[in-house]
Amino acid sequence: MADAIVAEGLTKRYGSVVALDGLDLAVPEGTVMGLLGPNGAGKTTSVRVFTTLLEPDSGTARVAGLDVRSDAVELRRRIGLSGQYAAVDEYLTGFENLDMVGRLYHLGRTASRDRARELLEVFDLVEAADRMVKGYSGGMRRRLDLAASLVARPSVLFLDEPTTGLDPRSRMGMWDVIAELVAGGTTLLLTTQYLEEADRLADRIAVIDHGRVIALGTADQLKDQVGGERLELTVRQASDLALARSALAGVAISEITVDGHQLTVPVSGGASVLVEAIRLLDAEAVKVRDVGLRRPTLDDVFLALTGHAASSSEVSR
Amino acid sequence: MTTLVQSLGDGVVIARRNLLKVKRVPDLIFFSILSPIMFVLLFGYVFGGSIEIPGMSYREFLMAGIFAQTVMFGASFTGAGLAEDIQKGVIDRFRSLPMARSAVLVGRTTSDLVNNIMVITVMSLTGLAVGWRVHSSFWSAAAGFALLMLFAYAFSWGMAIVGLLVPSPEVFSNASFMFIFPLSFLANTFARTETFPAPLRVFAEWNPVSSITQAVRELFGNTGPQPPTAWPLQHAVLASLLWIAILLAVFVPLAIRQYKRAAAR
Ligand SMILES: Nc1ncnc2c1ncn2[C@@H]1O[C@H](COP(=O)(O)OP(=O)(O)O)[C@@H](O)[C@H]1O
Ligand SMILES: [Mg+2]
Repeated sequence: MADAIVAEGLTKRYGSVVALDGLDLAVPEGTVMGLLGPNGAGKTTSVRVFTTLLEPDSGTARVAGLDVRSDAVELRRRIGLSGQYAAVDEYLTGFENLDMVGRLYHLGRTASRDRARELLEVFDLVEAADRMVKGYSGGMRRRLDLAASLVARPSVLFLDEPTTGLDPRSRMGMWDVIAELVAGGTTLLLTTQYLEEADRLADRIAVIDHGRVIALGTADQLKDQVGGERLELTVRQASDLALARSALAGVAISEITVDGHQLTVPVSGGASVLVEAIRLLDAEAVKVRDVGLRRPTLDDVFLALTGHAASSSEVSR
Repeated sequence: MTTLVQSLGDGVVIARRNLLKVKRVPDLIFFSILSPIMFVLLFGYVFGGSIEIPGMSYREFLMAGIFAQTVMFGASFTGAGLAEDIQKGVIDRFRSLPMARSAVLVGRTTSDLVNNIMVITVMSLTGLAVGWRVHSSFWSAAAGFALLMLFAYAFSWGMAIVGLLVPSPEVFSNASFMFIFPLSFLANTFARTETFPAPLRVFAEWNPVSSITQAVRELFGNTGPQPPTAWPLQHAVLASLLWIAILLAVFVPLAIRQYKRAAAR
């Protein structure tokens, strides 16, 4: 499958600040790439390069096979962008906003209007369609902004922190909308600071810090890369602890630790290890209160990869 | 040819969008009309008494100057609007669309021209109410208004550059005052340049605002018996047209270049 988005060695400096430091990325057609990183990591800068808003100092970037420098005009016809802050016009109605974008994509008068109505329907904004955006909630603005990025049915879509600033309910709603959208085969590059969001929406995740990709893979691959998968087992009776410990020695990949009635067993291999462990415990007739496989969160991933928590490199702005 | 039609079409879409805002936030246009009316009253009735214009009434002399200053303030809306659009990320969206690179600026300067026409209409009525009269022909007066609007349009492009450069809309309003105040006061707008001390006088005589004001006075028949001595004021209509051509030739490409680099901050 061809790559819809390719970046090779992108760099961009702002004075002494290095925003992009040799960023490499490839997003296969029809897949969702999550660009995950803390504030200031270079997410917005890379989106701006891909959407022709910013020329990189060096390196190349291609979207839908088109070079961001030399084919910028054609490239803009193929993409949709929803920036970090909802870029909707406060003094126009929801309908007027979408209609205007359609006209600027040169869809023509009738097609623009039809498409605007269609999108208002999809994004549950029909009732607010003829009200000024000024009175919209944050979630409504975000949905309208996303709708605007879809007016020309782009083959490649860029969403820069689409749920930042939304309350948990609106965030979930947004996730559903995005998930539905990419089910249709659009290539999506999504940036986020929320580990959960990348896990939920993206096929693959590129962890980005200080302007470069420091890890790449599926959410599961990233977790495996960090290791730290463990079995947590609570026994009913303390007298069973020693028995459980010896039973599980075969699946442990390093020292088993005990804390009260709980055993923590470092393992690798995912769910099959869990099945194996339960079989072993059952054979020894250990009475188990609770057993589970704990995998590291993406927060753990970030800590392991960068040596600092995702939030601690946040720059105040 | 189709590209030209398309970029004009894009410009119209943008201009319509800006005018919708004016319609929905009428305070904007209200205050941009109110302040020049206050200027007319302030200069006409308060300061005017101490400014002597030989051979004519001060209020007749004043109107062309106030018109020139008013269209400059009107043109500054261009920069304010752009600075706000940058801040809101609207310019980023426009720049990611396959529209003409000049369209946002063409649309903006055009909608601000429409605003200026509305403002100048109300101002003219105010002028008539305080005793200002046109003493020339209809066509000559029409040429006077047309010249004012050409100047407003050219100045709009200059304000666009400032609006695209400043870090925020708040900074823009201060920055635009720094251009508009010296240009509109160090000129023949409110007093004859002959009364200025030497260095200021030279500045005032070569100030484009002075040429425009003088040309409009001539076209309205609002000149006194004493002709001006400096070349740009003696040939005010020609000098005005030259100035407008120069301003457009410099500002338009610079503004478009700056637009291409504009970034949300
Ligand atoms: N226009 C700019 N001028 C100066 N520095 C900038 C500008 N844009 C971004 N930066 C800096 O570049 C780095 C990356 O920024 P950005 O791409 O916005 O990060 P993210 O979107 O991941 O939060 C940050 O340190 C930021 O302060
Ligand atoms: Mg960002």
